[in-house]
Amino acid sequence: MTATVFGLLGAALVGIGLFGLLARPEPLLRILAFNLLGGGVFLVFGAVARRGAAAGLAADPVPQAIVLTGIVVAFAATTLAVALVLRLAEAEDRP
Amino acid sequence: MTAGHLADLLIAAAILALALGVVLARQVFTAVALFVAFGLLMGFAWVRLEALDVALTEAAIGAGLSGLLLLGAARRLARTGAPVDEKPPRRAQVVAIGIACATVTAALGAAILALPDPAPSLAPMVVASLPALDLGNPVTGVLMGFRALDTLLEAAVLALAVIGIWALTPNRAWGGAPGWTQPRATEGPLALLARLLPPFGIVVAAHVLWVGADAPGGKFQAAAILAAMWLLPWMAGLAAPPPTGAAWLRAAVAVGPLAFILAGFGGLLLEGAFLAYAPGAAKATILAVEVVLTGSIAVALALLVLGPAVAR
Repeated sequence: MTATVFGLLGAALVGIGLFGLLARPEPLLRILAFNLLGGGVFLVFGAVARRGAAAGLAADPVPQAIVLTGIVVAFAATTLAVALVLRLAEAEDRP
Repeated sequence: MTAGHLADLLIAAAILALALGVVLARQVFTAVALFVAFGLLMGFAWVRLEALDVALTEAAIGAGLSGLLLLGAARRLARTGAPVDEKPPRRAQVVAIGIACATVTAALGAAILALPDPAPSLAPMVVASLPALDLGNPVTGVLMGFRALDTLLEAAVLALAVIGIWALTPNRAWGGAPGWTQPRATEGPLALLARLLPPFGIVVAAHVLWVGADAPGGKFQAAAILAAMWLLPWMAGLAAPPPTGAAWLRAAVAVGPLAFILAGFGGLLLEGAFLAYAPGAAKATILAVEVVLTGSIAVALALLVLGPAVAR
């Protein structure tokens, strides 16, 4: 039940993130939307991991480890994107 | 319906509402604040999914460091004005985008409902192989043992991201200190916490790193806490970040991935496979690499939040 609820939430977040990415022109909002999309994908992984409970473990550790890696890489990508947006804003500020 | 199921539904509903709030917010600043709350609640979702390692990471990086970075960026953009040269899409376009995104969600949801039962799982394989590494935390076992190459590449990604951000430095600021000068906080919670928290935070980080071998925790969580402890005095205006030209700073970012690569070649030499660990020495090697890696990741995470050097 828990896995299904959060799996479906993950599916919803992918759609919401995709919508924000395409429908909002503000760069910082697009970065946020991209992170929502990523969070949704991670949750789908989490649901699959929870369903894979076996051998005394409450969840499959392999998808969990992949998500852990993914969160850190997504953060690195976010910082780079934010730095690009700020630099762009600065460049447009000075004619 | 049990209390646990009710909690699941409430957490999921709150996350859904926050995500919609982020995408539909009028002000960028509102969206960022909602996003930080979203990150915190995602931590709860991971606890409910029995993924405590992920929950710790999400809370530290997804809500903590991301929040710091994004709130700072929103404030700067409010001053300079956002670089928008694009018109918002027309109403018909928004409707079309909405329909397309709803279709993606529906397809993904159908796929989740159609997942095979019983679910395929690698858990038995991990449990069977874990004693060879002398580790008690299966997630650490996967990160440092069975999928160590992913973790190595991830450490490299962090170093590359630092290089990428530093490449955006304006010419006249090259080699200078990153991060905007913060006004010195002389009173209030920030001034107090910036002095009080770092010693405790450093101890907590060391603990989280050490127990990561056998319990939820590990280098990423520890590194995120360390990075936060470094950023706290900077936010309070008590300490200035080191100049990006400092050789020790650059070495600190590179040494973690390099130590990991060296350990990998050690495995190639001794065991005949890249990143293989010698029997009996696995845990010692993993812990040594993790300690060095924690330092490097902490420095890299803090530098990522600070951004490029600033002309003063």
